[in-house]
Amino acid sequence: MLDRIKNKPSKKNLKQQAQQEQYQMKVDTATPKPPLLKNLCWAFVVGGLICMVGQLIIDYFTSIGLDKEEASACATAVLIFLGAFLTGIGVYDKLGKRAGAGSIVPITGFANSIVAPAMEFRREGYVFGIGAKMFVVAGPVLVYGVITSVIVGLLYWIRH
Amino acid sequence: MNKKQGAQSIAFASPPIITSVANIVGPMEGEGLLQQYFDHIMPDNLNNWDTWEQCESFMMEWAIRAAANKDKITIDMIDCILAGDLLNQLMSTHFAIKNLSRPFLGLYGACSTMIESLLLGAILLDGGFANKVAAATSSHHDAAERQYRFPSELGVQRPPGAQWTVTGSGAAILSVTGSGPRITMATIGKIVDYGIKDTNAMGAAMAPAAVDTLWEHFQDTGRMPAYYDMIFTGDLGSVGKELVIQLMKEKGLNITSNYQDCGCMIYRKEQDTHAGASGCASSAVVFCGYLYNMLMNSSLKKILLVGTGSLHSTTSYQQKESIPGIAHAVAIEI
Repeated sequence: MLDRIKNKPSKKNLKQQAQQEQYQMKVDTATPKPPLLKNLCWAFVVGGLICMVGQLIIDYFTSIGLDKEEASACATAVLIFLGAFLTGIGVYDKLGKRAGAGSIVPITGFANSIVAPAMEFRREGYVFGIGAKMFVVAGPVLVYGVITSVIVGLLYWIRH
Repeated sequence: MNKKQGAQSIAFASPPIITSVANIVGPMEGEGLLQQYFDHIMPDNLNNWDTWEQCESFMMEWAIRAAANKDKITIDMIDCILAGDLLNQLMSTHFAIKNLSRPFLGLYGACSTMIESLLLGAILLDGGFANKVAAATSSHHDAAERQYRFPSELGVQRPPGAQWTVTGSGAAILSVTGSGPRITMATIGKIVDYGIKDTNAMGAAMAPAAVDTLWEHFQDTGRMPAYYDMIFTGDLGSVGKELVIQLMKEKGLNITSNYQDCGCMIYRKEQDTHAGASGCASSAVVFCGYLYNMLMNSSLKKILLVGTGSLHSTTSYQQKESIPGIAHAVAIEI
């Protein structure tokens, strides 16, 4: 008992660990498994459709005379707007419930991850609510995205 | 006279009476299985308030006032209010009780709070410290989601073991005189932690605590599970319920025939809540409605109500701590 007070609490003893592992096994058996095939199909179809919409928008912009790079930048902007808009009218979360990664991975999902907290925390005001909480979900993506791009940039610079 | 019984239990000398109850829920609960047992169903989760938290406070205040009304007493006749909710610093409770200006003790037992407040209320009454006590809790789906998980518009997929926080509030008036079911015994639970870290597996995190309290209750009181017409846990959901049955079987007690979980009684399957209901209001709206009705018309005569709480915080799970569980039990008999 004294040891526990004086020292940092010792890491779990073996008996406790065995008990916990045993219980975890019971929990795993009792917990229903996600319907993997259904989820995969939904993700595949919805993710594919979003990309197809993106492609259609690119094609449209190229047809009115933009070059390839400009067209894809414009398409990105349109998709971000669509993601934000669908979040605003309360549709995107229903889509995400079915499609999972299919609607999280495309750029529309990124828009959703910024607009959703901004909407959620608007009651806390423009500074401490929307301003501070807007990047609560997307923030880590930005931080590690920037770090990764710096590392890749450095590697590219060393090689050339 | 010593009212302590066994290691963790209390046998009340003059069992306090639950003279009235009231509950209020959101629209989704209103479409569920217990539709006709709710006193008021709100049209939406905001009910004309600006924020979800204000709406939750409104629900609790409404429930306490409605319970007092049904009991034909004024709020001033309540000696003490025992209440709590899920939000940080008991936000909803404090703003609700502020308007009632009665002596108040705030409680946090996560989703076990309804039973904790009934238990402590009964102690106050049986000890002669009060004549009328109000016990109440509330939870709000969206307010809880934004605190514990994600913004509600975020497009995330919930795993099949996840539970749905109930929007609602329940209140009960406990009294030394009057008629109604009585709280005859109570068992105060210990914190039990089997190392579950997944916040989507709260039923699994709380099940060992429920089993521990049930076991201690039977040890302390000498009663067997068959003594009760029904045993109810608060919000374990289908996964936790299954685990309680399994763990009890390992201890040599079969409770399959007279055990149910309040979390499995609120929503219909097609409402797609996955493993069932959770939140303080899960046990509160079921007890302060359906169960109280069953007791009053003698469909049930002896029930054991076990409130289950998972005592994690947003900080604790981000720091990769496991989820400690707790369960308190009260025996209610008529």
